Amino acid sequence: MLYQREVLDTPEWWRGLDEMIARERDANPGAVQTALIPVLHYVQDRFGYIPPKAVNHVAQALGVPTSYVCGVASFYSYFSMEPRGAYTVSVCQGTACFVRGAQAVLDEICRQLNVKPGETTPDMVFTVSDSARCLGACGQAPVMMIDDDVHAHVRPRDVQGILAQYTAKARHEMQLREELAEIDARSHHE
Amino acid sequence: MSDITLTINGFTVTVPEGSTIMEAADAASIHIPRLCHHPKLSIQGACRVCVVEVEGSNKLAASCCYPAEEGMSVRTNTPEILRLRRDIVELLIDNHPEDCNTCERDGNCELQRLARDMGIRERLFAGERKRYEKDTSSPALIRDPEKCVLCGRCVRICGEVQEAACLSQVHRGFSTVVMPAHDAPFAETVCIGCGQCAKVCPTAAFVEKDGTREFLRAIEDPEMIVVVQTAPAVRAAIGEEFGFEPGVAWEGKMFAALRRLGVDVVFDTQFAADLTIMEEAAEFVHRFTSGGPLPNITSCCPGWIKYAEHFHPELLPNLSTAKSPMSMQGAMIKSYWAERMDVDPARIYSVAIMPCTAKKFEAEREELGLDGLRIVDCVLTTREFAWVMKHMGIDFASLPEEEPDSPLGESTGAAAIFGATGGVTEAALRTAYHMVFGEDLPEDAIEFRQVRGLEGLRFADVPFGEATVRIALAHGLGAANEIFDRVARGEIELDFIEVMACPGGCIGGGGQPYEKEGEMPLDEERLRKRAQSLYRLDDDRKLRCSHHNPDIIRVYKEYLGEPNSHRAHELLHTYYYPRVPLGIRPQEAQV
Ligand code: SF4
Ligand code: SF4
Ligand code: SF4
Ligand code: FES
Ligand code: FES
Repeated sequence: MLYQREVLDTPEWWRGLDEMIARERDANPGAVQTALIPVLHYVQDRFGYIPPKAVNHVAQALGVPTSYVCGVASFYSYFSMEPRGAYTVSVCQGTACFVRGAQAVLDEICRQLNVKPGETTPDMVFTVSDSARCLGACGQAPVMMIDDDVHAHVRPRDVQGILAQYTAKARHEMQLREELAEIDARSHHE
Repeated sequence: MSDITLTINGFTVTVPEGSTIMEAADAASIHIPRLCHHPKLSIQGACRVCVVEVEGSNKLAASCCYPAEEGMSVRTNTPEILRLRRDIVELLIDNHPEDCNTCERDGNCELQRLARDMGIRERLFAGERKRYEKDTSSPALIRDPEKCVLCGRCVRICGEVQEAACLSQVHRGFSTVVMPAHDAPFAETVCIGCGQCAKVCPTAAFVEKDGTREFLRAIEDPEMIVVVQTAPAVRAAIGEEFGFEPGVAWEGKMFAALRRLGVDVVFDTQFAADLTIMEEAAEFVHRFTSGGPLPNITSCCPGWIKYAEHFHPELLPNLSTAKSPMSMQGAMIKSYWAERMDVDPARIYSVAIMPCTAKKFEAEREELGLDGLRIVDCVLTTREFAWVMKHMGIDFASLPEEEPDSPLGESTGAAAIFGATGGVTEAALRTAYHMVFGEDLPEDAIEFRQVRGLEGLRFADVPFGEATVRIALAHGLGAANEIFDRVARGEIELDFIEVMACPGGCIGGGGQPYEKEGEMPLDEERLRKRAQSLYRLDDDRKLRCSHHNPDIIRVYKEYLGEPNSHRAHELLHTYYYPRVPLGIRPQEAQV
């Protein structure tokens, strides 16, 4: 999904975060580090990553040292400390997939997108994951995932087509958003 | 609590219930190797070096976090365990830089010792090396993650003892690194420079920022007049670097060594400690008798000062405005002494030998300078000083005892005890009493035993004529926070608080000699002996109150006027300001 980061980064949004933090703190008396996890999820799910500004904000509001927040946020693979693309692409690195040519698929993805594993394309559409353990779909090896969609029996020559679907989706979404923004702007003028 | 009995390697041992296997083994004179474990810190159980076999259990147990049980039978050194432990240590070494010969910790590194004890005599695999930049941004410390074995001791001492929580383990698995928040340069973090991370680190992943190169250059420079001062705590520990047992303060040899290094003038920070007392006691008496702000909080520890600026901006008005002894001495050298000797202060290279890494930061604080000149140009730690002596071929053991130079060298017993927690308070009380009552404390009341000791937190009510001075003392910033919390909750009222960042006070400073083989860092016995050596100096001095120091009397007469005079304020006092990032105290240990 495409994150509307500029829409999120408003005073109201941060106030909403503060309310969330207050709720979690009250729900976990004397255990601020337990409260930290759901708060980080909240930020991750909305921003698509945990920006430094949010790390500092959460640390202050919850009373957890900033270094610890960084430690926790970087420990769980669910969280990302850098902006991720709209779609996260991963190739299973389990044994079954590996022996069936997963590496060639990953190489092809990186070649197509011109990034290294762990990096994000400059247009913020794709992030190529640098780790993916067995996805439990060994029968369909090699397996490639884009967000929650599983693509089975992928060969390098399929990669371009698969990626194109998502690029199209992203473009569509962006277009929609621009149109909406235009409608918005117009209604403001009237 | 009842006792339990178990056997370790066939020997029976009885220990209190709740002991770990490691503690039981220690009690049975059986040493189990360890790395992440530290007796003063929470248990992490991360390194697995301490594995042992528990009979009847098919799993191996990490003895530092495995409770000893009644009737248990433990083996610590079967061939299988020795092999496994060796593998564990080998894995650590495989991705460690191969540069022991040139490493700061060579010869005093726990990883080296472990490898030796495990019998690792060759490197079988060249594991994937970790590659990180050194962080040299801080004036106090260098962080070198390539040397880190992820024991987590630094993270825990910084969070649990110092409550600065500057560090944490970031990322996972092979990529794990100990770093400050956002991997920011150390200089831009809440780090207070206390150097306790360097003290507990088993390797050289934290070391002090080098000052020796510059020092050696200065003593070779004929244009420079090198003037050196040495802190009280340095003499309490310097002998340890040359094989002496702690317990004797080697001040005479220390002065003699400095002359043989080619230093031009040998002064003593203890002179300035007496001066600090004059200023601080006068300030306290004023605050105590004319309405505050109270509690008055000591300001000689730069680690504590930076902590207050990050974590307690609300307390800054309560801090004494007196500069630390090091900075007072620096200011006197470049003003009073320079004028007296008719030399250009710009030609003076002022060196401070300190037990402390935070002093390197203090020396760089701009507001402490005089007319744009730094008052302390170079700070060496006790460890660096010892190295310089070895480098220059000074045979410390056979040196004669010498005296410091005049006029900024003479000191009283009150100044010597500055190096131990409680010392500043005791010294200040002696002089404050004289300022209030116009007479000295009786001979048998000059020692304030109630403020001495090594408990992290101490309280004392000292009668002062009709009034009572309510005192609290803390060493370690977690202990200090405990005091501030109690004051904030209205549970206690205080007039005077002494805060030293390092456990034990400066005798346990971040720049002091590392503990020896067989001891853990922060060894209490060692600290106690260092403290004793300073109390002995005090006891042996004819003059035990700062206001009796003849050189102190002279500088006030010739130069400063009264304590807290306008001149004194210009030269000897300073101010503080809140710093970013705003510090956040940990409320619980990091999970
Ligand atoms: S110097 Fe002190 S405050 Fe800084 S990281 Fe080390 S222990 Fe923490
Ligand atoms: S820096 Fe030193 S103390 Fe800290 S985790 Fe690494 S090895 Fe341990
Ligand atoms: S207690 Fe002493 S050694 Fe430690 S930071 Fe403070 S001044 Fe330095
Ligand atoms: S190995 Fe790829 S799904 Fe299991
Ligand atoms: S010393 Fe026990 S696990 Fe590290």
